[in-house]
Amino acid sequence: MIAVRLAEASFTRGRGAVLSNIDLAIPQGAFVGVFGPNGAGKTTLLRAILGLLRPTTGTVEVLGRPAMRGNPAIGVVPQSHDGLAGLRLSGRAFVAAASGIGWGLPRLTASQHHDVDRVLHLVDAAGYAHRPVCTLSGGERQRLMLAQALLGTPRLLLLDEPLAGLDPQAQAATVRLVGDLQRRLGITVLFTAHDLNVLLPALDLVLYLGGGRAALGSVDQVVTAPNLSRLYGTPVDVIRAQGHIFVVAGATRVLWHGTARPEAAQAGQGAHVCL
Amino acid sequence: MFAYDFMRHAFAAAAIVALVSGSVGWFLVLRGQSFAGHALSHVGFAGATGAVLAGIPPIWGLVAVTVAGGALMGLLGERLAERDVAVGTVLTAALGLGMLFISLFTTGAAQATSLLFGHVLGVDAATVWWMAAFGALTLGSLAVIARPLLLATLRPELAEAAGANLRLISVLFLALVGLAVAEAVQVVGVLLVFALLVGPAATAQRLTARVHAGIALSVALAAAIALAGVALAYFTDWPTSFWIATLSSATYLLAVAATAAG
Repeated sequence: MIAVRLAEASFTRGRGAVLSNIDLAIPQGAFVGVFGPNGAGKTTLLRAILGLLRPTTGTVEVLGRPAMRGNPAIGVVPQSHDGLAGLRLSGRAFVAAASGIGWGLPRLTASQHHDVDRVLHLVDAAGYAHRPVCTLSGGERQRLMLAQALLGTPRLLLLDEPLAGLDPQAQAATVRLVGDLQRRLGITVLFTAHDLNVLLPALDLVLYLGGGRAALGSVDQVVTAPNLSRLYGTPVDVIRAQGHIFVVAGATRVLWHGTARPEAAQAGQGAHVCL
Repeated sequence: MFAYDFMRHAFAAAAIVALVSGSVGWFLVLRGQSFAGHALSHVGFAGATGAVLAGIPPIWGLVAVTVAGGALMGLLGERLAERDVAVGTVLTAALGLGMLFISLFTTGAAQATSLLFGHVLGVDAATVWWMAAFGALTLGSLAVIARPLLLATLRPELAEAAGANLRLISVLFLALVGLAVAEAVQVVGVLLVFALLVGPAATAQRLTARVHAGIALSVALAAAIALAGVALAYFTDWPTSFWIATLSSATYLLAVAATAAG
């Protein structure tokens, strides 16, 4: 069974093509890391799967049916600018708000209450869900957003840059948690990120986007010098050392590396005080 | 004090405004759009004075302009509603225009003061009925959009992915804010709508992290402040708006002190 299938799909933004003529079949139950330089179409691909963006040509199918907006089979953690620093609502109320978007009062049924409890336990957030969101760390907030994505019975989980702004420990913990959920629930995961290395322990497949094209396969199949050189349109070297993979353009520029950016690590840490 | 018609009207108006402001204000504060509410009241001032100039009851000009202004703000997008300078420029221009309209009619100062600072003791029976009708419309509409509004506020990207129309929700909500502002102006005036629209809601959000409890507390605080303000004005002969503004600010500061210590 195929979770996501793109057939001769092209996407344009402004004048240029973001992705052109993509053929892709992501098998169900796989943990897929989605990589590529900024603007290579990672978010475009996720929005297409969500039915928020139509291909200019070709088709996008999700679990055997054409992509459509509001598909209950998809759970999503959108790339967010975390406007939650001042949010005084509890973690539980925050997660519960994602139970539905139909008109009416935000009252939960008994089964929706159970579902909120279930997902809070799944992401190990039950212990702090009573606290205001503004008092939580970046990693704890990330787990609440993951809990929102797990409400209902999603069979496909889309995570757009969930590691952005987290310190290295929280990054590794997030990857472990998502990998664990993917195996326990038997769901397909598409996980976009910049650093391949932090995802290596959980990855089944790599989807690499670049130069309007896409390459899907195992790490050893996709992350090779000839492949990446073709996708980048410039000579690229792949260096493996001590279980890490470094992608190097020319002799000097490191495109991927295993160390987290220190300024990103700062954002997720420190004392949390509600203003 | 209940022997007087004007006092009964004042209490009724204060209670209606508290219900509407407390609940709409809770979402307004959650969305971080307090300043938009403030701006709408200033735009409403131009509407109300313009209506007087045109020989129409000021409440109609007020409601028409605040609701249209809210909807327009929603249409132009969330970013505009949060853009301080643009909003500040519009509200300044509106206040200036309102001053011009006032200078053009003869009864001038008294009407201007009651619009700017409220004149709840002057609310007549007909106005109370209009306020009740607008209040019911506002609360009913808020109950209809509450669920998608909550998610659109907390996680707009998620609400969009789930199929919600963010722009429609934003337009509807800011139109309701326009109605709530027009109601609050009847009690506390253009310059003091914060006292009922933002103060009780911000206090409630400091005191409880739950949604329904927060909205209920916000309404209860707004009602206590508004009714106490009218009663205190009766006994002291000081203006109602003074009491409401003072009680609202004091409650908020107490809540800040209490939560900061705890």
